[in-house]
Amino acid sequence: MIKIAELSKSFGKLNALKNISMELLGGQLTALIGPNGSGKTTLIKSILSLVKPTSGRIEIQGKNIGNDDNYRTSIGYMPQIGRFPDHIKVYQIFDLLKNIRKIPDHMLDEDLYLEFNINSFRDKAMGTLSGGMRQKVNAAIAFLFNPRILILDEPTSGLDPISSEILKNKISTENKKGKLVILSSHILSDIDEITTHVAYMQEGNLIFNGSFEDLQLKSNEIKLGKAIAYLMRSQQSNITQ
Amino acid sequence: MPKLILYIFRDILRNKIVIALSIFLFAVSFVLFNLEENSSKAMLSILNMALIITPLISMIFAAIHYYNSYEFIELMLAQPISRKKILSSEFFALGLALSVALLAGLGLPLIIYQSGIDGIWLLTTTIPLAWSCIAIAFAITVNIRDKAKGIGTVLLLWFYLSLIYDGLILFTMFSLSDYPLEKITLGLIALNPIDLARVSIMLKMDVSALMGYTGALYKHFFGSVYGFAFTFGILLLWIIVPLFIAHHSFQKKDI
Amino acid sequence: MKWSSNPKYSLPYILFFCTLFKTSAFAGRIDVYPLNKNLEIKEAIAKAINGDSIFIHSGLYRENNILITKSIHLIGVGNPVIDGEHNNVTITISGRNITLSGITIQNSGHSAMNDIAGIRCIDASDIHIIQNKVLNCHFGIHVSNSEDILIQNNEVVGTPGAEQNTGNGIHLWKCNRAKIFSNYITGHRDGIYFEFVTHSIIQDNKSYTNIRYGLHFMFSHNDQYLCNEFRENGAGVAVMYSKNVTMEENLFYKNWGASAYGILLKDITDSKIEKNHFFENTVGIHFEGTSRLKILRNEFISNGWAMKVQASCSENHFNNNNFLANSFDVATNGSLVLNTFTNNYWDKYEGYDLNKDGIGDIPYYPVSLYSIIVEQFPGTMILLRSILINFLDKAEKAIPSLTPENLKDFQPRINKNTL
Repeated sequence: MIKIAELSKSFGKLNALKNISMELLGGQLTALIGPNGSGKTTLIKSILSLVKPTSGRIEIQGKNIGNDDNYRTSIGYMPQIGRFPDHIKVYQIFDLLKNIRKIPDHMLDEDLYLEFNINSFRDKAMGTLSGGMRQKVNAAIAFLFNPRILILDEPTSGLDPISSEILKNKISTENKKGKLVILSSHILSDIDEITTHVAYMQEGNLIFNGSFEDLQLKSNEIKLGKAIAYLMRSQQSNITQ
Repeated sequence: MPKLILYIFRDILRNKIVIALSIFLFAVSFVLFNLEENSSKAMLSILNMALIITPLISMIFAAIHYYNSYEFIELMLAQPISRKKILSSEFFALGLALSVALLAGLGLPLIIYQSGIDGIWLLTTTIPLAWSCIAIAFAITVNIRDKAKGIGTVLLLWFYLSLIYDGLILFTMFSLSDYPLEKITLGLIALNPIDLARVSIMLKMDVSALMGYTGALYKHFFGSVYGFAFTFGILLLWIIVPLFIAHHSFQKKDI
Repeated sequence: MKWSSNPKYSLPYILFFCTLFKTSAFAGRIDVYPLNKNLEIKEAIAKAINGDSIFIHSGLYRENNILITKSIHLIGVGNPVIDGEHNNVTITISGRNITLSGITIQNSGHSAMNDIAGIRCIDASDIHIIQNKVLNCHFGIHVSNSEDILIQNNEVVGTPGAEQNTGNGIHLWKCNRAKIFSNYITGHRDGIYFEFVTHSIIQDNKSYTNIRYGLHFMFSHNDQYLCNEFRENGAGVAVMYSKNVTMEENLFYKNWGASAYGILLKDITDSKIEKNHFFENTVGIHFEGTSRLKILRNEFISNGWAMKVQASCSENHFNNNNFLANSFDVATNGSLVLNTFTNNYWDKYEGYDLNKDGIGDIPYYPVSLYSIIVEQFPGTMILLRSILINFLDKAEKAIPSLTPENLKDFQPRINKNTL
């Protein structure tokens, strides 16, 4: 679904992505993991064309993303901080996005909208919402248009445990329907059960990219957190060698 | 895109700065009209005020709005919509909102006090000036990631265009007074949208004095439709060119 | 064209017609019609004796060089037209007690050398030129060396050409006791021209869009200019080398140009300028070498410069005038000030009036720093209304350094003077 070839990105002297190649397929739930500044967000933004790569290519469903904006119809994105204009009302955001995507109402996926009970605060202005409420709106938007690819940046941060659980279930359900989910998160225990693949990044390099099972075998750990710790340690020993 | 413009426009109209601008302009115009027994003097004071306030508020507010909308722009860019459309929507929404603020703040008192042609003139000059200032602010902020730095640069540019630039023209004229400077001066004026708006107001308010100038070029310029066409033509360029630059930078920019 | 009647002078006018009627009752009456023959008017004049009236009936008369020396009255009936066919002077009047009324005179000759006119008076007295139209003539009405001339309700329309090739509308040279009332003059070099004309009155005339001056006069003493309108003339009005001149209630409007003035005053003494309106002129009044003038209760609105007062002026008094919406109130070219300003209303005045007597408590300096800069560097005009200029002017007002310290209104009024 997504094919990344020799992707590099530098911001001035800083090399945020160093020659990254990877392929992500439908039905995968890839946990994108790495310390702060490892290039996760840059990678996600590159896929969304928010960041223009210095070199390399990104193909989505076989098409180079270049200057075409339409490929993003197949992507649902949930940013880490989703801020909206203060005086826009919740229902207006949905209205606006429906207007942009132009997808008929019966094809919309309103599960999260209903489960988060967004209807109860649809008339509130975005500026008056709490952080958690805003995240709910963001999550509902990402899933609303039934996209084949879901990119979720720290989806559960700021959500209460119940809502967090609702979201995780939703992610899992959609993933099992064959959708590609790319998920970046710090709280690794959260995504243990749902992750199928792991991409580990450090200082702009893609250190590991493969199935969770492979990683579990390689590291001899069951928990995602421990497996990642193994990757970090082996990385450090590589450097010292 | 119209819906996007509409929603951003409505959002800006509810913004405190815009509401305050409207109320301020309205109050000052109202007081001036009431205080001055002769409306032509009130008109002059309002014109002077409009020439200071409009560019300042337009530039600063456009910059603040851009930085405050950054996350929203990011979110919108993840949607299947082009960068051009997003930035254009922000621009038009801002332009329309500030036009409404100017119409409410200046237009209403002008209608109430029946200022006639002069009032219409004031609005036809300040509104394009506001659009131009928004475009200029965008051209800067799109290229500067840091909010404080961006707003500071815009503020400095306003100060430069409103005050320092004229000082430089004055200085040039003092030091090169032996040379024919007419064309150069007109060229220098054209390079500053605030000066252009001022000249366009002068063409209306001070044409008697301007006709006293001996230079043939100025006379041709001030005494005819040519002057109006020139000022508005260039003012229009002062909207289009910075907007083009803003689009160009925004297109290549990493969000 | 609507003629405004002038109540002050309507009585003599009526009396004049009474005498006309009386004499014609005693004297003969000759009627002239446009026949195939060409010389009806000249023949009629030849036949007439003193006191006769010649009634010229409507139609076109192709005649020129008509000379009137007898005391007769030429009266047009139904607007007859005398066409000079571009030859020489159309009608010459040289005598006394002559009336010319209700006739259209057109197409006099043109000459750069001679003063060729539609109507010309030489060495004449008690002449009435009333309700005529003088169209497309070199000079319109040209009067020289004459006395007691009444020129009233005429319409003098020239064809504007180059300044040196076009004559004046109503031109008086060396005259005494002339009355120029309610005429409309346009398209000439100078609308009304006076040279060596004394004890005369110019009133209720409208002088529009003439090439040079709406009114131009020199060496003409003891004259009065009342209630005239001078509008959009090439250079406004010039009044020079004269004394005891009274100018009242005139309107000066839209006289635009590098050397255009509402009034240009040069070497004028002991005169009075009162209750005039100056509206949208490049310069309202330009004073040069004037002394002992009283400038009272005038209104200056939306002029480029309300007044330019050269340093060569002295003992002029500027009182109770109103200055509104002018780009500059007063400009001057020196620091010497021998004139006084009191009780004027200046809309740019920013002082206060604590004792509420209607007089501002701090003086007003009508000469701004910027007006001095513009005087020296005219190109800086382009910076008018710039914030920078406002700052400079404010700073100068706080600490005067370049503007003349003595040029100030000690008692500026808080409210407009009623005129």
